[in-house]
Amino acid sequence: MLLAEYKSKELLAQYGLKVPPGRRATSADAAEAACEKLNAKKYVVKAQIAAGGRGLAGGIKFAATPSSVHDEAARMLGSKLVTEQTGSAGETVNTVYVEAAQDLAAQHFLALTLDPETGGIMLLASSQGGVEFEQRARMDSEIVKTTVLGPGETSDNAKIAAFLASAGIDDASAADQVRGAIQAFTENDMTLLEINPFAKLSDGSWMAIDAKIALDPSAAFRHPEFAELDAEQGLTSVEMEAQKNNINFVKLDGALGVIVNGAGLGLATNDLIIDAGGRPANFMDIRTTATSFDIAKGVELLLRDTRVKAILLNVHGGGMTVCDTVAEGVAFAYNRSDRKEVPCIARLAGVNAEWGNQILKDRKVPVETFGDMQSAVTRAVELTGGA
Amino acid sequence: MAILVDSNTKVIVQGMTGRAGTFYADQGMRYGSQYVGGVRPGRGGTTHLGLPMFHDVKSAKAETGANASLVIVPAPNAAAAMIEAIEAEIGVVVCVTERVPQHDMARVKAALAGSNTHLIGPNSQGILTPGQCKIGVMPTKDAKPGGVGIASRSASLTSEILANCSAAGLGQSTTVGVGGDALHGTGFVECLKLFRDDAETEAVVLIGEIGGREEERAAEYLSGTDYGKPVIALVVGRHSPEGRRMGHAGTLSAVGGLSAAEKNAKLRDAGVHIATHPQDVAATVLEAKGGI
Repeated sequence: MLLAEYKSKELLAQYGLKVPPGRRATSADAAEAACEKLNAKKYVVKAQIAAGGRGLAGGIKFAATPSSVHDEAARMLGSKLVTEQTGSAGETVNTVYVEAAQDLAAQHFLALTLDPETGGIMLLASSQGGVEFEQRARMDSEIVKTTVLGPGETSDNAKIAAFLASAGIDDASAADQVRGAIQAFTENDMTLLEINPFAKLSDGSWMAIDAKIALDPSAAFRHPEFAELDAEQGLTSVEMEAQKNNINFVKLDGALGVIVNGAGLGLATNDLIIDAGGRPANFMDIRTTATSFDIAKGVELLLRDTRVKAILLNVHGGGMTVCDTVAEGVAFAYNRSDRKEVPCIARLAGVNAEWGNQILKDRKVPVETFGDMQSAVTRAVELTGGA
Repeated sequence: MAILVDSNTKVIVQGMTGRAGTFYADQGMRYGSQYVGGVRPGRGGTTHLGLPMFHDVKSAKAETGANASLVIVPAPNAAAAMIEAIEAEIGVVVCVTERVPQHDMARVKAALAGSNTHLIGPNSQGILTPGQCKIGVMPTKDAKPGGVGIASRSASLTSEILANCSAAGLGQSTTVGVGGDALHGTGFVECLKLFRDDAETEAVVLIGEIGGREEERAAEYLSGTDYGKPVIALVVGRHSPEGRRMGHAGTLSAVGGLSAAEKNAKLRDAGVHIATHPQDVAATVLEAKGGI
């Protein structure tokens, strides 16, 4: 779960990190009016979407005057921002954040995550930072330094300061900010906290100019405040509805609806379809705890989408979700749909596969059954075409 | 022979009285594995499924001689259950619970450091030595004893590939679900080391996917050693849109986790036989076994 930028900054400010003064606005007029409260020489207008890569996509603009803030906000609001992380559909900008532009003496990079090997907090830092930093880091991973803090070391100032110095951030007051970041990271069940740029201002103080925070949705049971974030994840209404029904659903651009049980088999199916020249309409992974009702919901979401010309059902019935349960759900959704003609290409294997196929046929689902994945995928791609 | 669990393994179930705990403990027993007791605070002294119940893991171990535990408790309690089993020095702890918070797993990893426990999971289908011991939630219908060791990040693909292998006459020594979460216990490298030392295992299949570093670490390990047995890998997610999380733990742009293509390249450089699709794995195993 990603936090919107302004929320990330509000949260970090509670832990003593310095952030630029800013105001949210949902209209160009409000954005212009916000400038009055900021009392700055120069402004930044930032699109609030739940995906990275904004800067390069035109979602961060500097503005010298309140009227140019108005213009930039007017241009961004309501538009779709397509970044390297949004997919080609892009994300609609509903809110902008207007900030006082800062006078930066130096830009660095700081990130915290959990080390998968030891479970310790992994600190990442770089003497470089700012726009296009990720591209530079991808080209040359040497510019990012990392260290892992063991259980007793999360407030070890000397260790943190020495690490920052090794990354070219040689300043005792930066270490204080990092300790605040560590506390925020731990207490809020973050899986990622990225501050870029982590900037030194001309007055020598440190500031989080931009911040990206990912929270662990699995920890929502002890964070009631996470509930209100669901609406801000940049998910389509379809994706949100799927989530409520134990289904991982990602909207893609093609015409072939895909139903699979298990994330791994889902990724494999996606690979098969694209290798065969097809275009999936979605990625769907029925969670192991899903009931036939949940599955029916997933199928219903696909049938409702008129771009979906055929459905590929690729299921390996296992210890938890068996084929007849899946088939019941599929049949239920078809029977209630007004698009009963959409062909269903089924490859059922594993526990109760034959029974599942029989259910689909008996309930008049327009099904073609296959014994292996490759022939099923070939047929499904044939029906839906490449583009 | 097999790795980690066999017909001598004595299993207790933490959370046995729950709906899922009851179901999968029963299945495990029907498969012929030795389940010897259950743990549920407050239920000590009673019986469930004909097995004695205990208040805690330590007393269950003392009374039954258990050396393995199936943790099947709700996510908020999973970390405490795993840590309890680790502290009681249970040799193999299998956690099938999904959605364990990552910061909880950080505490589990700290408890695991320096212990002798092999933790399988969480978010794992479990571990299966065909014909001998099942600890987990996987189907067993298509499993057959044999010489292929499987270590996998995906439950659904394990079922698929296991069925294909059995159909091709390739039985399995042991299948290990390392789990779909970013922070987990036993990984590919540890599985590879165990399979290497297992006389029965003739070839090892790694089932990987985008995200995380399991495949990279396996490639590093295999590059630096004369492994002596063929290793076959399938890494799925070659066509997943970048930056979007699909199912399991996705990649962090700054922290890495390579693309499927990059993982495949590293594994291939380390001498691993790469299968492109799930249905190619069994044939690749046969080919690799013929070639060594």
